[in-house]
Amino acid sequence: MSDATIEVAGLRKRYGSTTALDGMTFAAVPGRVTGFIGPNGAGKSTTMRIILGLHTADAGQARVGGRPYRSLRYPLRSLGALLDASALHPARSGRNHLLWLAQSQGLGRRRVDEVIEQVGLTAAGRRAAGGYSLGMRQRLGIAAALLGDPPAIMLDEPFNGMDPEGIVWLRGFLRALAGQQRAVLVSSHLMSELQGMADHVVVVGRGRVIADSSVADLIAAASGDRVLVRTGASREAAAALVAAGAEVTRADQDLLGVRGMAAERIVAVLAAGRVPFSELAPHRATLEEAYLDLTGEAVEYRATTTEVAP
Amino acid sequence: MTWLRLLRAEWTKFLSVRGWAGGVAVAALLILLFPVVGLGGSRDQASPVPIGPDGEPVSDSYYFVSRSLSGDGQITVAVNGLASTLGTPWAKAGLIITAGSEPGARYAAVMVTGGHGVRMQHDYLHDRAGSASARWLRLTRGGDTITGESSVDGRAWSRIDTVRLPGLATTVRAGLFVACPARVQGVGTAADTATAEFGTPRLAGAWSPGEWAGAQVGAHTPGFAGYAPGSPGSFTASGSGFTVAGAGDLAPATRGDVPVGAAAGDLLLGTFPALIVVVVVATLTITTEYRYGLIGGTLSAGPSRGRVLAAKATVLAGVTFAAGLVATVVAIPLWLRLIRGLGIFVFPAPPGVLLRAEVGTAAVLAVVAVFALAVGTVVRRSATAVTTVVVTTVLPYLLALVPFLPPPMAQWLTRFTPVAGLAVQQTVIRYPQVDTVYTPANGYYPLPPWAGLAVLCGYTVLALGLASVLLRRRDA
Repeated sequence: MSDATIEVAGLRKRYGSTTALDGMTFAAVPGRVTGFIGPNGAGKSTTMRIILGLHTADAGQARVGGRPYRSLRYPLRSLGALLDASALHPARSGRNHLLWLAQSQGLGRRRVDEVIEQVGLTAAGRRAAGGYSLGMRQRLGIAAALLGDPPAIMLDEPFNGMDPEGIVWLRGFLRALAGQQRAVLVSSHLMSELQGMADHVVVVGRGRVIADSSVADLIAAASGDRVLVRTGASREAAAALVAAGAEVTRADQDLLGVRGMAAERIVAVLAAGRVPFSELAPHRATLEEAYLDLTGEAVEYRATTTEVAP
Repeated sequence: MTWLRLLRAEWTKFLSVRGWAGGVAVAALLILLFPVVGLGGSRDQASPVPIGPDGEPVSDSYYFVSRSLSGDGQITVAVNGLASTLGTPWAKAGLIITAGSEPGARYAAVMVTGGHGVRMQHDYLHDRAGSASARWLRLTRGGDTITGESSVDGRAWSRIDTVRLPGLATTVRAGLFVACPARVQGVGTAADTATAEFGTPRLAGAWSPGEWAGAQVGAHTPGFAGYAPGSPGSFTASGSGFTVAGAGDLAPATRGDVPVGAAAGDLLLGTFPALIVVVVVATLTITTEYRYGLIGGTLSAGPSRGRVLAAKATVLAGVTFAAGLVATVVAIPLWLRLIRGLGIFVFPAPPGVLLRAEVGTAAVLAVVAVFALAVGTVVRRSATAVTTVVVTTVLPYLLALVPFLPPPMAQWLTRFTPVAGLAVQQTVIRYPQVDTVYTPANGYYPLPPWAGLAVLCGYTVLALGLASVLLRRRDA
């Protein structure tokens, strides 16, 4: 499935005076789950709408398998997408929703039954979609994305509204799709949703890519050379380490973060000062921390935190 | 074919929202059942509507100063003056030969009119113009052939027309006549009386001896509007001729003449409520896509946006046309039978005209549905779109059917707004030789049927073009 790559290059888009995309460039290649992550308003949905030919970019290109989406004869057979799970007519049954989509792509009822079964909606398929829970709508949207058995799949915030069981199911499901050598692009504003599932992440903020790397590299970069020291005498320990030239931050009551000093040297310094410690470990960042590190500057909307006096 | 697949998808979409398919069925039922609200009206008729030799309803009332004529003969007279109280242009004074005294009998007449010069008319429907200024009139009978002539000075004559009255008896009544239809005033009419000054008639042939007898013919027929107040029919002989005052008309009857009569087009009154339902359904098929964000799914499944719009239009037009046609084709014959059974007079219309009204009404519904789709695509919001389409189609329709709307306004509405398409429902005939209240409320439209439909189609093509351009250009 070499024609499965979803790629965007130099996308720019303005809505009035707001710049939504400012040179967005990345690719989601076959055989892996690419996490598309960034805070709300970073341009994820706009990028996906441009990929689907729903919005027109002011500059740049979006291609699916090397071709502009709008030039595809039966586009759902090349790229399956879920943008907005609530985009349903409430009076139409889930099954009929899939049926018209299938018919527009020259697919039959049997394919509709297959994907309904695949996402576990067989029982609810004949009910009006207006009565579906958000989780059921997400499943219906995923069924729609799978309809054309496309080599590339693109889902916008598919975990929204899903119960824990659904989240586990979807993670496994997307991994399996990538295992079938499909390109899977999944957006989220919560890194934790992608942890353990994405192979590759594209982190975006303010309409451009901040980081585009494998998950392992990203975590390594965010972890830095920090060493965590657990000690009952944190004040003495901090004083000794600072005096020896390290940079120390207090992470917790008994936990210090030490930067700029190798673990062996820390042990030596603490031993020399007779400061007791119970644990010493190199820090490993979570994907979430790596993400917060990266997007700290890029977040457009952030709650103003107010200090509350103890 | 991607086109057929898009069409199939839009068809499934339409059928799978119960309210839409149901709405169209309701529209069809409204057409089928709505005439019931017009029933229970006036069924007692003082006397039957006279039917002319061609089977059409006629007005057959005039003041007749007559003698009988056996065999061939001729009558010549000078009309020295003609005036009516209200100045009715089709006031008539002249010579007439009638085939009988029963209402609707054949006749041939030559006459001076209030505003249309000299005319020769026969058998109600037929009218031929003669000189504008002639004052002398002559009728000549040879067998069942009648020739009408006129002259400015009584010496040089010019023939206007020669007509045949098949089956004319040897002995007929002939003589002078004066008629005056009611004067059209706004949305109504006022009875008028015409008075004519005739010279002494010059006769040739076997005329009955004795005096001229004067009487109002057809005073009790439904089409007789009566005399202007204080001006009854009369006939006075003087030394130099006759003064005759009369009212009525010899002409095809119109809705204004037979107000209790029904036209087949009336039976399609259900088009009005049906149109409201169709407008709402058609608008919602696109505006709900915007409302629920479904348009994104539609356009990502069918990236050729013009084709998507065309597929939607085709499905809507097809569904409304089929439902409308079933309803009209059943409704008209059914209700015609029913109301005829109730003794209500129905203006006759040939099968071709009824079929045109039936097919045309279905076409109007279909085209309005496409118009609503186009407006919905442009406007995108249900409430705004429905309001726009109602204001441009349903409202003019309602106004045009209000009987007391000034006729020029009703005509303007049915000429220049999308409801011009209703002209397909006209089953009654407009006659140039009859002035009456030719308004949509009476079943008369200013444009010919297909021209009216063309106006509606014109608006729809414009709206659809704009919708297509915007749909392609805008971000969805």
